[in-house]
Amino acid sequence: MESTEPAPPTREGTGADLDGCVELLRKLLPEESLITDRQRVRTYECDGLASYRTVPAAVVLPESTEQVRSAVAACSEHGVPFVARGSGTGLSAGALPRADGVLIVISKMRRILELDIANERAVVEPGVINLDVTKAAEPYGYYFAPDPSSQQVCSVGGNVAENSGGAHCLKYGFTTNHVLAVQVVTADGELVELGGAVHEAPGYDLLGSFIGSEGTLGVVTSITVRLLRSPESVRTLLAGFPSTDEAGAAVSAIIAAGVTPAAVEMMDALSITAAEQAVRCGYPEGAGAVLIVELDGPHPEVERTFTEVWQHCDGHGAFEIRTAADETERALIWKGRKSAFAAVGRISRDYIVQDGVIPRTALPEVLRRIAELSAESGVRVANVFHAGDGNLHPLVLFDGSEPGAAERAEEVSGAILELCVEQGGSITGEHGVGADKVRYMGRMFTAEDLDVMQCVRCAFDPGGLCNPGKVFPTPRLCGETPGRRRGVHPLTEAGLAEQF
Amino acid sequence: MSTATEETALNALRGALGDEWVTEASATDRVGASRPKWVVHADGTERASTALRIAAEHGMSVVPRGGGSKLDRGESPERVDLLLDLSAADEVVEHAAGDLVVRAEAGTPLREVQRTVAEAGQQLSLEDPHPTATLGGVIATRSAGPCRYLHGGVRDLIIGITVVCADGTVASSGGKVVKNVAGYDLGKLFTGSYGTLGVVTEAIFRLHPLAEERRWVAVTLPDPRAAAEAARLFRVSRAMPTAVELDRPAGRAPITVCAELEGRSGVTGERAAELARSLGEELGRTCEVSGTAPEWWGRLPGEPGASAGIRMASRPSELVELLEGAGRVEDETGVALPLRGSAGLGVLDGGVPAGSSDESVAALVEGVRARAAALDGYTTVSWAPESVKRLVDVWGPVPSGALTLMRRTKDQFDPERRLAPGRFVGGL
Repeated sequence: MESTEPAPPTREGTGADLDGCVELLRKLLPEESLITDRQRVRTYECDGLASYRTVPAAVVLPESTEQVRSAVAACSEHGVPFVARGSGTGLSAGALPRADGVLIVISKMRRILELDIANERAVVEPGVINLDVTKAAEPYGYYFAPDPSSQQVCSVGGNVAENSGGAHCLKYGFTTNHVLAVQVVTADGELVELGGAVHEAPGYDLLGSFIGSEGTLGVVTSITVRLLRSPESVRTLLAGFPSTDEAGAAVSAIIAAGVTPAAVEMMDALSITAAEQAVRCGYPEGAGAVLIVELDGPHPEVERTFTEVWQHCDGHGAFEIRTAADETERALIWKGRKSAFAAVGRISRDYIVQDGVIPRTALPEVLRRIAELSAESGVRVANVFHAGDGNLHPLVLFDGSEPGAAERAEEVSGAILELCVEQGGSITGEHGVGADKVRYMGRMFTAEDLDVMQCVRCAFDPGGLCNPGKVFPTPRLCGETPGRRRGVHPLTEAGLAEQF
Repeated sequence: MSTATEETALNALRGALGDEWVTEASATDRVGASRPKWVVHADGTERASTALRIAAEHGMSVVPRGGGSKLDRGESPERVDLLLDLSAADEVVEHAAGDLVVRAEAGTPLREVQRTVAEAGQQLSLEDPHPTATLGGVIATRSAGPCRYLHGGVRDLIIGITVVCADGTVASSGGKVVKNVAGYDLGKLFTGSYGTLGVVTEAIFRLHPLAEERRWVAVTLPDPRAAAEAARLFRVSRAMPTAVELDRPAGRAPITVCAELEGRSGVTGERAAELARSLGEELGRTCEVSGTAPEWWGRLPGEPGASAGIRMASRPSELVELLEGAGRVEDETGVALPLRGSAGLGVLDGGVPAGSSDESVAALVEGVRARAAALDGYTTVSWAPESVKRLVDVWGPVPSGALTLMRRTKDQFDPERRLAPGRFVGGL
């Protein structure tokens, strides 16, 4: 796939003085925190979605909140756009740099500042790796619930930007449900705390709109996360079904029975094949679909519901059901699922990881239509997904060396997203819109919806310097809200009406 | 203000909406100290949008109302021309039981939503002490009961929202799938915004299965320190309580701490018995297990009859300081303050008994506020007579950096300050 440079948005860059900005950055930051050498900045030309590449004008590697403030203040003063980046594991080009801008890489800010077990929370710098929060809390019997598949490498700051979830969202919610406060450097270089140490403080829930804003509202410098008590009991089951239809019916039966599993994951035949080849996870032979169901909570509750789940799988055509007797067996069950994305690389030279959401009950129809799309186009699609909450991750396979193959894969990938929107779903469940899905936002939201969302952007970043060109198709200029007027109303001015 | 102008506005409203949808306001339509001129009734998003567009064209200020149970919350708006009554927008639009999602109009009573989803063995995990509370009011005031300890509050359960902006523009955010990160989350922003950013007309919530069995484990203790320790033990237990509540009738009265457990039939009782046993051992007290909630559960303290309500909060680990601080302020002001609330979250409600003088209530608020502030906490006045609100800031201080962003947010959504102006924090 070709490199893509998104068209520069309308506003940012106006009156930008990149040289002046870099000069100021040199004054404000230690030498080793600023990279302008063309070869060295190239390292940061893309994030996890490598099909989009842009070499940033400069890279800043701050080690403290003050250095982030300095970097943002320099950009603000000189009208230069900036993009924040964590570990760079994002899959929607959300941290794609700007050729005319500064990339602020927060990966050096990786200290756990406070572990407040008495209040079941931790304060961390944004570059802290997701799994490291759990590792720090584990000795006290706590963990951090949001667990994207990339949790061994992704940063908590990235999780906040993308509101990325993982397998356990169905029961425990998303990153947004586990963040109590963030310290943010806004586009004008001010340091502001959103949310707080105490629950339900009065005021607008700016934290709620900030989380998942994909870096368009400011740069996070510290995060207060909620820690959950480690469950007393965890049970994991793997069931092999003849096809995704039976597996889907089993999931429906589990949900209808009032069971809320900690995770319900499904893989179809092609993704099972890929995982087998890559990691030899030993999934049931001949399975058209496997389900992984995990339950956690108080011991008696888990034991009781585990029996129910087993019965639902058995009653809906599972030809093999395995349960994990210990942590090693549990890890083996999860191994295939967690490595599925990478494993597909074994059976296909190139692939697109799509991220769409549908109402869970639409699963059978959507899977059928994906199969039809695949058959019609000759493009193979492997399905790996969070079956409990309808978050699909179709892997669209192609060979980039074959002329036209990438384009055909793109088409199928886009058609799957259309399908999600048509079913009342979403174009992204956890990977974000970034630069990659900007063009689909208009399919999901009306122009009015997007305009009103821009009110939030204008409150935080009136100059449009913060990660411009992401999430929203053509952001209006702040102060030009369509349908919203300022100053004296024309009727009043004409003497036809008075304001009262 | 001229009568001719008023008439022009009234005619525009009646012309666009129909005469029967616009009525003269009466004394019962009062919003705090302000009496609106007219009540516009809206049966859905479209009519609400028309009303707001015309209101904008005529510079009229607007306050939305659902069941009216919390219309007196917050500061009195500086002005109210129109009361936008959404009680006719009362439809549960869609209950997708298989997807654990419900979509309903803002004027739908919470009770009605619960009744509908319960038919499929589900619940919207929100509780409101007022029987007439509507979904829109619950969202606007961020009202939630004991079970928010486990399930989160309104912000955590709302997954989609439709709002009408100050100029009549209709916008939606989120959707009807639980997992969705496309665009900004306006649902959370509008939660607890008291009608100052726009009018919520419809919302989509995630649901939970209705518990097959519930048990309450309670222990009564003589002093704040012991009560705070009991609350801590409930929190750190692995029993996964749905709620950890506290009730202190008044003054130095003994404090009851109670946790709710929900789950499958047969095993929830087992979990409750085990929790009561282990906690009893640690506290050296008997913990009672009950199949019914205590009579005070989920009700505001001091009611019926309380003349004012206040809310105070600290970090959960500072519950003892919060309780002791409140006790000292009671001594200083001579006003008894029954307390109740989420001990697990560190958020307590207080009910000021009828008959207390305005000055003493104000002194009580200031006293509690100072003590909560020393703990990085806050104190707000949930409701109070206008005479008290004149003496004391309902919301208390908000950190200046965040307040600046809140002001800018208000300026963007409601640049002419026509939506419940002055009702919210910092005069927003």
